[in-house]
Amino acid sequence: MITLKNLHKSYEVGQNKLHVLKGIDLEIQDGELVSIMGSSGSGKSTLLNIIGLLDTYDEGELHLNGSLIRNFSQSKLRDLNERKAARLRNVTIGFVFQSFNLISFKNAKENVALPLYYKGIGRKKRNRMAMEFLEKMGLEEWAEHLPNELSGGQKQRIAIARALISRPRMILADEPTGALDSTTSLEVMELFKEINRSGITVIIVTHENDISRETDRIIRLKDGLIEKNIRNGIQKNNTSINNILQSA
Amino acid sequence: MFDIDKWQEIFSTISKNKLRTVLTGFSVAWGIFMLIILLGSGYGLENGVTKQFAGDAVNYLAINTGITSMPYKGMKPGRRLRFTNTEKEELGAMPGVEKSSGRSNVWSSSTLSYKNEYGTFDIFAVSPDYKYVESLIIMKGRYLNEIDEGDHRKVVVLGKIVEDALFKGQDPLGEYVKVNGVPFKVVGTFNDPGGDRDISRVYIPLSTAQRVFNMGNDVRTILLNLGDADIEESLEMVETIRQDLSEKMKFDPTDPRALFIYNSIENYRTFLNLFANIRLFIWIIGIGTIIAGIVGVSNIMMIVVKERTKEIGIRKSMGATPWSIISLILQESILITAFAGYIGLVMGVGLLEVVSSAMPETAFFANPEVNISIAIYATLLLVFCGALAGFVPAKKAASVKPVVALRDE
Repeated sequence: MITLKNLHKSYEVGQNKLHVLKGIDLEIQDGELVSIMGSSGSGKSTLLNIIGLLDTYDEGELHLNGSLIRNFSQSKLRDLNERKAARLRNVTIGFVFQSFNLISFKNAKENVALPLYYKGIGRKKRNRMAMEFLEKMGLEEWAEHLPNELSGGQKQRIAIARALISRPRMILADEPTGALDSTTSLEVMELFKEINRSGITVIIVTHENDISRETDRIIRLKDGLIEKNIRNGIQKNNTSINNILQSA
Repeated sequence: MFDIDKWQEIFSTISKNKLRTVLTGFSVAWGIFMLIILLGSGYGLENGVTKQFAGDAVNYLAINTGITSMPYKGMKPGRRLRFTNTEKEELGAMPGVEKSSGRSNVWSSSTLSYKNEYGTFDIFAVSPDYKYVESLIIMKGRYLNEIDEGDHRKVVVLGKIVEDALFKGQDPLGEYVKVNGVPFKVVGTFNDPGGDRDISRVYIPLSTAQRVFNMGNDVRTILLNLGDADIEESLEMVETIRQDLSEKMKFDPTDPRALFIYNSIENYRTFLNLFANIRLFIWIIGIGTIIAGIVGVSNIMMIVVKERTKEIGIRKSMGATPWSIISLILQESILITAFAGYIGLVMGVGLLEVVSSAMPETAFFANPEVNISIAIYATLLLVFCGALAGFVPAKKAASVKPVVALRDE
């Protein structure tokens, strides 16, 4: 479970302070499939990065699985917190990025296996598991290929395999379909839904309605605040009862 | 540190970034290679010149007489001066003289023969204490002694080349060798680190030579060992001797052609100073080379870290701790610099070995070699500096927030 209470974040841009998040209150249950929407500059990526411990926040509280994540950039125990954050990123969170962020000099298999290296799993087991996950993605033939020999859809599926391999509790995806054509986008979206069905929380930042339509809940940000937080029951199940029950 | 997985990670990174690795390695290997070549050739130069002195003691004066070129106390110039046993004894009794000896060359035909073997060699008629001038090594038998000198014995000590030429491996001790037709008994043979010239000669007692070869009581050269006198003392000694002899032998003390005094202390000191300067020069160049290597490695390490910022971000998002990032970069840098340094070391030493075995020994260059511990320290210094140069940017990069590192292109 992810809980955010009155979360603030601002960036310093030269002399000015850019207040990106202006008090976000949010709760995401385990096993949800959530999309975060909003125009560019609305703070949706920042919110995702803070949830994924890639970025720090200024004020408020962030709880992951019930434990408070301290504002680690300001803590005196920064190193300790960094290590703790690294551990959490490794064990509970999987990331998928718009630009894939595969390591260019490592082949598909090595890229997929990388989180297991930081988990301290031996090389043989690592490679075996990486092959397993590549097979699930239908990419076993591409295991020895470098990222620049692969198409965008293939790269994103490798990135998803990499995010899944450490069996995280949540997948955070920042515009995962932003660099893909619409057919591939839908395929990738199907993949996320399948992942979600296995019980993993999935949070997707997107500005495409086609993508958010496929999620259970849409959180719409505007100017650093949550503008709408709607259950997506109608489009999904096409029953108004569900919608009424949830809004009640 | 000895985590196999980490090393595999490092090796796979290295093998996939060959150009970067080669460039870093090259600057290190080149630095060490140049340092070794420099130190080696400097040492070779020093070795070669030192060898010139190895044949002789470096604390003696050799005094020869000449022909006067200036009038003195009513005597015309052009007078030939000669030492006799008297001068030799007087000079030998001077304070500060530790050992004294005389030396004359036996000229005429200088032929040595044994049975059917014969050859022309230098024949040195010397006093027993001449052994303190030449650093010769007795191989068989003994050197000339006081009794040989006192009794005018016809005995001879053979240089190694003479022995080989006349005896062809037979034992020469007790045999008789004819020196200019006069039989001399062989009492010993010697070797001399000073080179071939010093061992293609024989020594016979001076007193015997004076008597047998009609040399009267003439002594061609007087040699004085000055113990551990320093350069000033030796120069003072030279002046005293000149004054002293000018009175006794009647020549103008300022006459440059009357007396020739070779001062080995002064000569040796000149070379020692030369070496000190050469060594200083080599060290300055060597330190310059090392600094250039360090700057090269630092530069490359900083670029490497900059170039890898995004990779660092990706690794952090996968759960890499800051320390694991730092140690990955550091160990890679240490591995590359240590290996490249080793290559440079081996190549430099190898080249020196080839040069020293292929090149004939010349008068001023011999056995170039290098003090291996200095070379290893230099390599370690480079490795350390490379690591340090990598550490600062690596630490910085590792403490950047992942989101910032990921944004880097």
